[in-house]
Amino acid sequence: MIPRRTILTLVALCAAVVGLQAVQETRRPLGLPPGVTGNVLYVRSPEFMKRAALSYNALLADAYWVRTIQHYGGTKLANDAHKQYDLLYPLLDLTTTLDLYFDIAYGFGAVFLAEQYPSGPGRPDQAIALLQKGLHAQPGKWRFAEDIGFVYYWWERDYTKAAEWFNRASEMPGAPNWMKPMAAVTLAQGGNRASSRMLWTQVLNAADADWLREQAKFRLAQLDAMDQIAALDSVIEAYRGRTGSAPQAWADLVRAGLLRGAPIDPAGRLYRIDPSSGKVTLAPDSPLNPLPDPERPA
Amino acid sequence: MKVVRHIAVNVFKESVRDKVLYNLVVFAVLLISTSYLLGQLTAGQDMKIIKDLGLASISIFGLLIAVFIGIGLVWKEVEKRSIYALLSKPMGRGEFILGKYCGLVLTLLINVGIMTIAYYAVLAYLGWTADPATRTSWPASPTDPAMLEAIALIIVELMLVTAIALFFSTFSSPFLSAMLTPGLWDIGHFNDDLRNLGAVTGSPAAASVARGLYYVLPNFSAFDVKAQVVHGQAVPLSYVGLTSLYGLTYLALVVLGAATIFARRDFK
Repeated sequence: MIPRRTILTLVALCAAVVGLQAVQETRRPLGLPPGVTGNVLYVRSPEFMKRAALSYNALLADAYWVRTIQHYGGTKLANDAHKQYDLLYPLLDLTTTLDLYFDIAYGFGAVFLAEQYPSGPGRPDQAIALLQKGLHAQPGKWRFAEDIGFVYYWWERDYTKAAEWFNRASEMPGAPNWMKPMAAVTLAQGGNRASSRMLWTQVLNAADADWLREQAKFRLAQLDAMDQIAALDSVIEAYRGRTGSAPQAWADLVRAGLLRGAPIDPAGRLYRIDPSSGKVTLAPDSPLNPLPDPERPA
Repeated sequence: MKVVRHIAVNVFKESVRDKVLYNLVVFAVLLISTSYLLGQLTAGQDMKIIKDLGLASISIFGLLIAVFIGIGLVWKEVEKRSIYALLSKPMGRGEFILGKYCGLVLTLLINVGIMTIAYYAVLAYLGWTADPATRTSWPASPTDPAMLEAIALIIVELMLVTAIALFFSTFSSPFLSAMLTPGLWDIGHFNDDLRNLGAVTGSPAAASVARGLYYVLPNFSAFDVKAQVVHGQAVPLSYVGLTSLYGLTYLALVVLGAATIFARRDFK
């Protein structure tokens, strides 16, 4: 029988631990000076880790993959002015060296790496290197060649290279039949919104994870918004032609019979109109911000 | 054979009394909790990770049992002086060693068998609850029977580790056996490096020694096809057969070696 006094002491200590933890929670976490990273990766050599894993390479690759997701997601969502994705590539390199067939690590890893700062490190070169590593391990994997083409298309704006990689993907075993036309469209009309839409629609249809599907839907909504802004610009031009001045508000265009109501973007926010220039933009709180460079998928 | 069976059953009963089978509870909790948590932590790779984790856990739990029970199998009887009573009975020392070995292998087989059933049950449940879009992205079915090939090779590997642990326990202390058995298992994973050493070293003598060790030391890396089966890659049955034959031959050699050493041991 445990003495009553001991039980009470144990309960009191438990309560104290929980209480102190609750107090800790309310304090601001101790930060590091700007520019100093708290990210630490003790082992950076994939070759060493491969040997040290003995026969548990795949399990260790999973652990590094979970850490990659945490590092990318945590940094992206952090309220930090100096976001540092410095461990992203080393972690992906470790993951894919420990498990050469970890397809999702190549595919998603490339998306993470290519994403522009601050949403990602903005390293399309590393994204391409990672995918090429995957292609080296699995030379017949058309999806990796397609992804390389995609990085060249969307992030590097190199449409010749993109078409070259789509073409290469189309010649690999099991490649879908739309790959060849996509290579041709990219080469002929690289950079227009129609070819961008075609690319993202293919990503949406082929995505095997919710996260990637959401990403494709988001990009397609951005393209819709860009189409709508272009259409609104021509309406404003028509108004200016009639009145000689820019509209002050959407109500002016409605009164002129050019619009039926104030236009809303695909995310459900009202578009903004600049009274001095008549330029149409997304509302600052629209989740579709920032739109891609109009020069890119114009 | 009757004597061997009696000893084997007793070793199994002893391991049950020692609560060795409790590891099954840990395995089940680990697998179920992980399958729940991973959905929140990973980006659509939960099935792969649970498969990896399950196979690795079967291997690790089995390895711990093989090493930590195997090293005490003979030593415990000597330490408790019960060896005198046992050896005074009508049985050979070889039968004693074989019985001890078979008992631990039986414990391992039952452990791995139950873990395999739990593993497949969790995978079947996850496969059943997954949405069709996610299911199409999996390289293999959740309950792919090919995973049994990996489990079969894990069993042979564990049988070999048990034989090595038993071998060391016939002439050394548990502490030394606990160092030597995992050490040999560890070295056995670097067998390919020993084979390739000749290409990087300038010394022909060192290359020959490394080449010799490559043939003599147990090649544990050959038993690992976990990553292949999880990725749905075909592992030829001939590979499983040949590797199993290698493992069984090696363990026969080690058990015979253990019996030979034990037969010559003086307990005075």
